[in-house]
Amino acid sequence: MTETHPKPEMASENTIPILVEFTGGLEMLFSDERKHRLSVPSKDDEGNPVNIGWLVKHLCDKVMKDSRKEMFVLDDHVRPGILVLVNDADWELEGEASYALQPNDNILFVSTLHGG
Amino acid sequence: MARTLCATCKTARALIIRPKNHQKLCKACFIAVFEAEIHHTITTTSLFSPGDRIAIGASGGKDSTVLASVLKTLNERYNYGLNLILLSIDEGIKGYRDDSLETVKRNAVQYDMPLKIVGYDELYGWTMDQVVEVIGKKGNCTYCGVFRRQALDRGAKMLGIKHVVTGHNADDVAETILMNLLRGDLPRLARSTSIVTGDSTSDVRRSKPLKYAYEKEIVLYAHHKKLDYFTTECLYSPEAFRGSARSLIKNLERVRPSAILDVVRSGEDMAKLVPEEVTGISQCKSQKVSLSSADGEEEGSGGCGNTNGRDSGGEMADMEKKLQLDEEASSREVDVTSLASTADGQNHDRIASKSVGRKRDTSRKLVKQTLGTCKRCGYMSSQDICKACTLLEGLNKNRPKMEIVIDVEDEESSTLRRRMEGVTLAAG
Ligand SMILES: [Zn+2]
Ligand SMILES: [Zn+2]
Repeated sequence: MTETHPKPEMASENTIPILVEFTGGLEMLFSDERKHRLSVPSKDDEGNPVNIGWLVKHLCDKVMKDSRKEMFVLDDHVRPGILVLVNDADWELEGEASYALQPNDNILFVSTLHGG
Repeated sequence: MARTLCATCKTARALIIRPKNHQKLCKACFIAVFEAEIHHTITTTSLFSPGDRIAIGASGGKDSTVLASVLKTLNERYNYGLNLILLSIDEGIKGYRDDSLETVKRNAVQYDMPLKIVGYDELYGWTMDQVVEVIGKKGNCTYCGVFRRQALDRGAKMLGIKHVVTGHNADDVAETILMNLLRGDLPRLARSTSIVTGDSTSDVRRSKPLKYAYEKEIVLYAHHKKLDYFTTECLYSPEAFRGSARSLIKNLERVRPSAILDVVRSGEDMAKLVPEEVTGISQCKSQKVSLSSADGEEEGSGGCGNTNGRDSGGEMADMEKKLQLDEEASSREVDVTSLASTADGQNHDRIASKSVGRKRDTSRKLVKQTLGTCKRCGYMSSQDICKACTLLEGLNKNRPKMEIVIDVEDEESSTLRRRMEGVTLAAG
């Protein structure tokens, strides 16, 4: 049997371009690259709009090559001490992990845990 | 989601939630209140006097970069009349400081401040690379940590500057308070809460103007002001004691953001209950000033050490093995009966006392951390000969494997050792 489900990421109207940035030392976990331009599906497997919670898991599973996942995610949450800014706003103002990604969003992860 | 408006100006969009009070602020109002609060700290503690020459311990990291930027701003805005100088320490490890020193050099231009970089070779006659050549890669973290602790003071003295400010923030202070609480080290807990160490009789005073500033807000300030700072590689470790204290703080902050300042305030209140003869802090001064013991007080970040106390794993166990009794041996104990009631003979330093294994009294003894000066170099020390001089003596005799006396805080430099191990491996 062959799968006949269409792959949503193939259709451009079904993907969202976003810019993900890592600073404060986190870039070291992501191939030493500060900026990652990503194209993410607009809907998750259940058909819900993708949110930051989905993005964090995606970054951890697909983008991060470093094995030290716990430096970024602890107990399925962004590690305490890492700030998340959505278009420069604290993600707590935007609903945190439930914030639905919009085209051209800038999602910034800043670690406060590194050298001062 | 509807845009939230700033609680202060009620016109611009809120971008920041303040951890201490959940206030939602726009960028401009946040920057204004962050600076105003540090100005408040400086004025209420009479930290500076007009004409003071102040060395900013600059590592190129976020805390010291924000400190330099804010002090420059406030000095101009409120006419403090300060002469601000950036002071950086170069441990002399090939490649290790290149990026951070480049950052500090750019900061010197950006903030129009003179920059002085002082090397371990100037201060001690040895670069860390040379130390490694003699002692090998094992144990050099001890040397680097002990040397670093005095480096800013020695560097300032070389420049004829009597006051060094460091970028220690509220998270650092809370972390140190917790560590000392968990160790049962009340004298050090009390001293770690002071905004200033040293007084007018000391060669060099140290202070932390960012003591009440959340690390989160420091990072946000640097971000929104687009400050140029440098971060080292990932350094923290769940195994190390300081790393655990840091994780605890960050977890508390997530549940209750005010917890960090609450710990700082609790530490200050506890400090008031510790007898003066134990802490060396003079309570009668309106401005709480403590004498410093330059060896073993250093709290995490802020200074030039961008290892920031978040060291690599497993080092703590190594350190514990190496820990030797120190202050106790100098027979400067005082029996503090007022604190003896509940204790079970635990020494002020959990680890050091464990390694002694001798029978102890049932009443609690707090070791009076007599804060004198080193007979050899004249720097503040709780022992006749300070640790730096003891280590130097061994190095100069080329007898590096001597027994050395170190504090728990020496763990802070283990990351550097890891870096240096890499350097050593690369070299041969
Ligand atoms: Zn505002
Ligand atoms: Zn000495």
